[in-house]
Amino acid sequence: MKPVGFQFAQPETLAEATRMLRDPGEDTKIMAGGQSLGPMLNLRLARPEKIISIAGLSELRVVDEGADFIEFGAALRHAEFEDGSLPEPIDGMMRHVARGIAYRPVRNRGTIGGSLCHADPAADWITALTALGATVRIVSAKGDTRDVDMTRFMHGAYRTEVNSDEIVTSVIVPRYSPSAVWGYYKTCRKVGEFADAIAAWVADPVKRYSRVVFGATAGAPIISVPLSQQIATTGEVPGKDVIKTELERLAPGLDRVKQHLLAVALQRCTKQALNHD
Amino acid sequence: MGTGIGARVARKEDARLLSGQARFVGDLKFPRLLEAAYVRSPLAHGRLKSVTVPAKYKDRVFTASDLTDVLPIRPESSLPGYKASEHYPLAKDKVRFVGECIAICVAPTRAEAEDIADQVVVDIDPLPPLVNAADAKSKDAPLVHDDWDDNLFLTTTFDGDMAFAEKNATVVIEREYNTARQCMNPMEGKGTLSHWDEKAGQLVVYTSTQVPHLIRTGVAQYLQMDQGQVRVIAPDVGGGFGYKCVLQPEELSVSWVARKLRRPVRWVEDRREHLVAGANTRQHHYKIKAYADDRGKLLGLDAEITVDVGAYSVWPFTACLEAAQAGGNLPGPYALEGYRCKTYSVATNKPGFTPYRGVARPGVCFAMELTIDAIARAVGREPADVRRENLVPGSAMPYTNVTGKFYDSGDYQHSISEATKAIGLEAFRKRQKEARAQGRFLGLGFGTFTEQSAHGTKVFASWGLPLVPGYEQAMVKLTPSGSVEVRSGNHSFGQGLETTIGQVASEWLTVDISKINVVMGDTGMTPYSTGAYASRGMVMAGGAVSKAAEELAARIRVHAAHLLQCDAEDVTLKGGKAWRGAASVDFADIARAWYLRPDQLDEDVDTAGLEVTQGYKPDIDTGVFTYATHAAIVEVDAETGKVSFEDYYVFEDCGRRVNPMILEGQTYGGAAQGIGTALFEEVLYDPSGQPLTSTLADYILPGPAELPHFRLGHSETPSPYTRHGIKGVGEGAAIAPGGAVLNAINDALEPLGVEINELPATPHKILSAIIDADHQKEVAG
Ligand SMILES: Cc1cc2nc3c(=O)[nH]c(=O)nc-3n(C[C@H](O)[C@H](O)[C@H](O)COP(=O)(O)OP(=O)(O)OC[C@H]3O[C@@H](n4cnc5c(N)ncnc54)[C@H](O)[C@@H]3O)c2cc1C
Repeated sequence: MKPVGFQFAQPETLAEATRMLRDPGEDTKIMAGGQSLGPMLNLRLARPEKIISIAGLSELRVVDEGADFIEFGAALRHAEFEDGSLPEPIDGMMRHVARGIAYRPVRNRGTIGGSLCHADPAADWITALTALGATVRIVSAKGDTRDVDMTRFMHGAYRTEVNSDEIVTSVIVPRYSPSAVWGYYKTCRKVGEFADAIAAWVADPVKRYSRVVFGATAGAPIISVPLSQQIATTGEVPGKDVIKTELERLAPGLDRVKQHLLAVALQRCTKQALNHD
Repeated sequence: MGTGIGARVARKEDARLLSGQARFVGDLKFPRLLEAAYVRSPLAHGRLKSVTVPAKYKDRVFTASDLTDVLPIRPESSLPGYKASEHYPLAKDKVRFVGECIAICVAPTRAEAEDIADQVVVDIDPLPPLVNAADAKSKDAPLVHDDWDDNLFLTTTFDGDMAFAEKNATVVIEREYNTARQCMNPMEGKGTLSHWDEKAGQLVVYTSTQVPHLIRTGVAQYLQMDQGQVRVIAPDVGGGFGYKCVLQPEELSVSWVARKLRRPVRWVEDRREHLVAGANTRQHHYKIKAYADDRGKLLGLDAEITVDVGAYSVWPFTACLEAAQAGGNLPGPYALEGYRCKTYSVATNKPGFTPYRGVARPGVCFAMELTIDAIARAVGREPADVRRENLVPGSAMPYTNVTGKFYDSGDYQHSISEATKAIGLEAFRKRQKEARAQGRFLGLGFGTFTEQSAHGTKVFASWGLPLVPGYEQAMVKLTPSGSVEVRSGNHSFGQGLETTIGQVASEWLTVDISKINVVMGDTGMTPYSTGAYASRGMVMAGGAVSKAAEELAARIRVHAAHLLQCDAEDVTLKGGKAWRGAASVDFADIARAWYLRPDQLDEDVDTAGLEVTQGYKPDIDTGVFTYATHAAIVEVDAETGKVSFEDYYVFEDCGRRVNPMILEGQTYGGAAQGIGTALFEEVLYDPSGQPLTSTLADYILPGPAELPHFRLGHSETPSPYTRHGIKGVGEGAAIAPGGAVLNAINDALEPLGVEINELPATPHKILSAIIDADHQKEVAG
């Protein structure tokens, strides 16, 4: 379990990093925290010729606080969210999510951008940030910048919008009002393991926003519009059968245990949210 | 007591282990060292047509066609009907499990060796894989070994008298139980480094093993060398659990290459290799019919046990130790009269079965304990009561049970009474009721077992093994500076033997343990020992050190008597000095006199000196029995299937406790592994025999957050048959959690009509069972 030999580049600026991506003939791979890429390299599932480390790029480690949004640099680490050193777009949610990712040593290195780009269906940020209505900012080797909504970012398991000559530079999360509520619940076999089922709900009466998201399915997180509306209007935890019927519609043929766990996760996360205030 | 038997001495080895100063195989440095990587079989079963090595790597890659002077590992057994298997260290004509070694590649670094391995092309004609024992047992199953007429390593029958049970039983319970295949996962995997020592004319094998002397015997035998040409050294070893008590094919191929190239070669197993090629233990199937009366008194047991042995028999314990132990130990601590048992050791396309901490007993204890609870439910009584009434009573000790096991001492029923008290049975039943009313599912489960330890010649011979342990030797010496050196051919790899045998020496010699140096693991420096397994280390090595130290103490008294001008009988040892009344002489002075100033000693001084080697054999050969009851309180989240612990209590009696603190550590560690067996660990295969659990993201080990806070209680019933009344205890705590935890889960879920009879009880299994039961209720009405 040792990687195939590769070159290791540590650019000092984002511009230098993107320049390195220009040569289409060279098989390169970005490395942020290395917590997902590392195992892939060791298992020889990834065999790039060159690795470009972006973990130390200061441009990717900034937080930009706007009036309506907060922009988080892609190389901010899970541990930094967990420790509460970063501002919150909604009271305590990102901190809560970060704390539940993996183990502390992984959180010390793993980054929010790396997690999104790796796009493991069972990962936490992809579901949480979908519920938060976030946008991903991407720059290309040519220097173009584009913003992609989380609902379009992930194409499937381990597949995203990001092309091989692009880098995710930040995640932009809208700010929510003080009357907003959130819930986030996951089940997993042991502390630090990837989830078996995730459900998230974020709602803000001021913004007339409500979004229910299921994660740890076969592919991208799944949004349920009817359940989003139902919970927002009734203010009640939906019944298991209602959720299961909706899941049957959204993701037909799910394993019955998975379906059940997703329903339980949503019930528990909405309960959590509704008890918040 | 000082630092002798019974003292809570901090472990001698911990300072180096905890500060990163220990030396494992992976830490060794040699000039010109080559690292090895293996080309391993990608298929579970197939005919190996060819192995193509790129021309430039001809002297870097070796296959079966190079290792022509190495014999296949072919453990024999004297059990009638046993079929031997031949395991070539590098596959010859056939591959029989995913991960089987095909070629060894060497290079200055492991990464480069893996690069070379990537370029070796193997051509295999696939054969139908046998992924489970039931299929392999069926009539027209393809054959794992072409020269056999079926896939059975061995079938055994124990045909006791069931007539009374069948006639008088008012309750008959029938169940099937399954335990999963597991990997042992010592923190340090296997590792081995061999080099040719020109000066000694020896192949020196540093290897991560529990049994250095056995490996020396095995390497010499299979590489066809004289044992004098082989020296095996086990350096620090990061856990064994049985995984490292057998000869590994890699030990042979690495040694062969080192001898051939006259260069040091090392292979260090990585976790993926471990999870694939080391998936070799625990998998049993039980079919049980239990007969009881209406109080739940067990009258008889009719059992069929199938062990999924995998492709090869391991040396020296063979493929059949497991089933032989399972059949013999199923009745466990219970005093039943009628017993019939058939065992099947079935060959499949998986790695060869290796005994793991507890050997067979975690399986039989699980099957037996669930059966006891099923009986208790059937007769509507408290399982703790039914269990207690069925145990061999203390008044019957020593007791020979239905399979001829000789239980030397103890009060098994007392362990239940203590556990019941500590766990608060009555209060719990109240709480359980209240919780149920709130839709919460709490459950209590017990697991009681006996742990046969330090079994001797007769027991191993009855298992048909090619190699039988009987005695153990140790050397104890007073050094010229008056400190003590202990040498044992046993080994210490996490279980604390380095400290505890030092304590035994300290007991006799009254020298503080800080002045006792314990040397183990090097076959060039220690007396022959078959090594550390079967919870024999403390009893056997401890016994041998005890005898040698006793003799050394006697010799010290003789020398001291001369210096103190008195009779040896008048000399007592205390605090590392020899005393005659108020006058004393330091051990350092006695040692100096013997080694450097013999002129101070008697003219006809005994020239045997201050270095003593003694052998030890317990008074009985049948082993001594530790026993325990585990009690678990769990809560099952009926919506997610997750199990959490509210309490976990262990009451254990292992005779005289040499170091209570180490015993506690052994109990915590064993119980943690048992909880892995109960709830988490499971090697899974797809229908083609591909392992699906080849990383630790898929093979789940419990972590600190998943484990209960274990509470322990002890009694001490010394064995009448061993030195100091010691019994073995290293394996014990891993035995009961499967039974105790599953009984607790089933107790919790009884109102839902759910009973889980399979290990591990994963959330997925529990939830599926709950959903099924729910569904049945809906259908029913
Ligand atoms: C034991 C363990 C348990 C874990 N448990 C969880 C868990 O419970 N929940 C969870 O969500 N995650 C979990 N993870 C994953 C962890 O969160 C990783 O940190 C994360 O998935 C990847 O982040 P990284 O910064 O390490 O990315 P890397 O490993 O460096 O990169 C991952 C991938 O993203 C690409 N990439 C990285 N950054 C960028 C960028 N800015 N632009 C373009 N491409 C980029 C890389 O090329 C690579 O393909 C676990 C990991 C481990 C090892």
